Amino acid sequence: MQYSGAQLIVRLLEQQGITTVAGIPGGAALPLYDALSQSTIHHVLARHEQGAGFIAQGMARATGRAAVCIASSGPGATNLVTAIADAKLDSIPLVCITGQVPLSMIGTDAFQEVDTYGLSIPITKHNWLVRDVRELLTVIPEAFRIAESGRPGPVWIDVPKDVQNAVIDLAELPAPGKADSLPELDHAAIARAAEMINRAERPVLYLGGGVVASDAAAQAIMFAEQASLPTTMTLMGLGTLPTDHPLSLGMLGMHGARFTNYILNEADLLIVVGARFDDRAIGKAEKFCPDAGIIHIDIDESELDKIKKAHVGICGDVKQVLELLLPQVQVKLRETWLARMAELKEAHPLQMPDLDDPRSHYGLVRAVADQLDDEATITTDVGQHQMWVAQAYPLRRPRQWLTSGGLGTMGFGMPAAIGAALAERERTVVCFSGDGSIMMNIQELATAAEEGANIKIVLMDNQALGMVYQQQGMFYNERFHAVSYRRPTDFVALAKACGIRAVDLDTTDDPRALLADALQTPGPCLIHCSIDVQQRVYPMVPPGAANTEMIGG
Amino acid sequence: MNAREGFAGTGFQKAVLELTVNNHPGVMSHVAGLFARRAFNVEGILCMPMEDGQHSRIWLMVREDTRLAQMVKQVEKLEDVLEVSRHGADHKVFERLESFFGQ
Repeated sequence: MQYSGAQLIVRLLEQQGITTVAGIPGGAALPLYDALSQSTIHHVLARHEQGAGFIAQGMARATGRAAVCIASSGPGATNLVTAIADAKLDSIPLVCITGQVPLSMIGTDAFQEVDTYGLSIPITKHNWLVRDVRELLTVIPEAFRIAESGRPGPVWIDVPKDVQNAVIDLAELPAPGKADSLPELDHAAIARAAEMINRAERPVLYLGGGVVASDAAAQAIMFAEQASLPTTMTLMGLGTLPTDHPLSLGMLGMHGARFTNYILNEADLLIVVGARFDDRAIGKAEKFCPDAGIIHIDIDESELDKIKKAHVGICGDVKQVLELLLPQVQVKLRETWLARMAELKEAHPLQMPDLDDPRSHYGLVRAVADQLDDEATITTDVGQHQMWVAQAYPLRRPRQWLTSGGLGTMGFGMPAAIGAALAERERTVVCFSGDGSIMMNIQELATAAEEGANIKIVLMDNQALGMVYQQQGMFYNERFHAVSYRRPTDFVALAKACGIRAVDLDTTDDPRALLADALQTPGPCLIHCSIDVQQRVYPMVPPGAANTEMIGG
Repeated sequence: MNAREGFAGTGFQKAVLELTVNNHPGVMSHVAGLFARRAFNVEGILCMPMEDGQHSRIWLMVREDTRLAQMVKQVEKLEDVLEVSRHGADHKVFERLESFFGQ
């Protein structure tokens, strides 16, 4: 059978099980789009390539499988950069395919030529510039294999237009790429870890996004319960242990509850599972858990000993490691330690003022949660609203929570919600956003309308960049600068202009009823609510300080 | 400066890394980028294709500092890097080249 390079790419994507891709066409991607026109793959036409990248991320984060985004050369490729870098920092499997100018024109500053290969090196797990149509036979399956193997991540395939047009004769297609088998485990290290756990008096379990990636939430919960382990989660790990579980300490770090950071400070053993000691989670590294031994389990060996030296480092799939640990860990009720946890929790709980007012920041988060069950998926943008939701939303399911953790990209939430809604059409997907973040990918409202995606954008509008406002207030003597929007934007009108239903909680007599109606009616909807710019995210660990040096809360 | 000595005046010792990599354009960028991002001093780089033509060998002369173990792990993660071995500063590969880098 004869294929053009473009047809071969599309055929291999189909074979890989891809049913939806997001992207924007352009000159250097025309052959690829011509081939896509003959495929059953649904193409979501984003309004900006960054939107396409985040739509693909939404699909990948909701399902755990690699998702595909496509763009043309030059600005198409550069516009994707932020979304791909975001996927790298949060270990999200993506396959990004871009068109490139023909081989003979590469390096000549041709129209819409940029060094996509060079640009993508530091923000991908691996990348290719395909110089011969035959290379596609290995590159496409390899792309999926690498994206989904070990610690997942994004890969980038740059395909010159003449390679897309070149013709190849094939008797059969290569096999689809699949994840590598899991790494061999160090059983002696696992035994040593079990011994340390059994000996510990004040152990704390610290779960990260790796628990979600390896589908190990059930094992993690069993482990916590069996050994009476107070359990904290990173921003990426939220949802693995239900927030209302008696052993849950919620999120740790910069905006963790006081009791959470205090308990960590008293720990004699820290069991870190699929997490990487991010600075927002641990504060000043030397002062984090000063008295604790450390067991660190991660599939990426380069994370072990990177920030904190582990007493036992175990490189492996966290689900497998937990399964091997479970029978070696004593069933133990650590009464003294759990009593201390209860005592600290009682003395230093998370403060959530105005929780009953649906037009306050915490109250709105809780009012949304009251209308939904655990089947709903929650995305956020980045800033104050993100932290309030992380603190206050009762997350109870892995992959329920999609947020830009490592890169902290404003503009992530809405397109990611579209992707999640398209990947799992039975779910309601709520995107909490702020008026700063939403504007960074506002154009995707039109995409949401076109796709009829079941997303609900809950927009907390304080007419400012709230997190910057907070930090200028706290650390720069209230010299507020370049942080407030001088004139309000009519977001309700903006949503309507894009063909999306919009409601305003500011102007209704019954905000709960309006919220319920907006959340329960299928299809995209924007829910606007003004909030007070003076509200802060508390507690807050000043950047560079120890986690015990919290302000507020 | 003699290859076997430490970096002049810094008190740091040297190490030599030997990488076996896939031979294609781009591999050097991947490797060099990792070191550059962390401002990790690379004093010498040598790269030649191996006999089979499919693979290349890259020799790096680097500073033996506390970050080297982490650096090696990052290099090992690169898809195109098949093998990394670490040698002491007394490895002959850079010493023999010294005559080409004289006055």
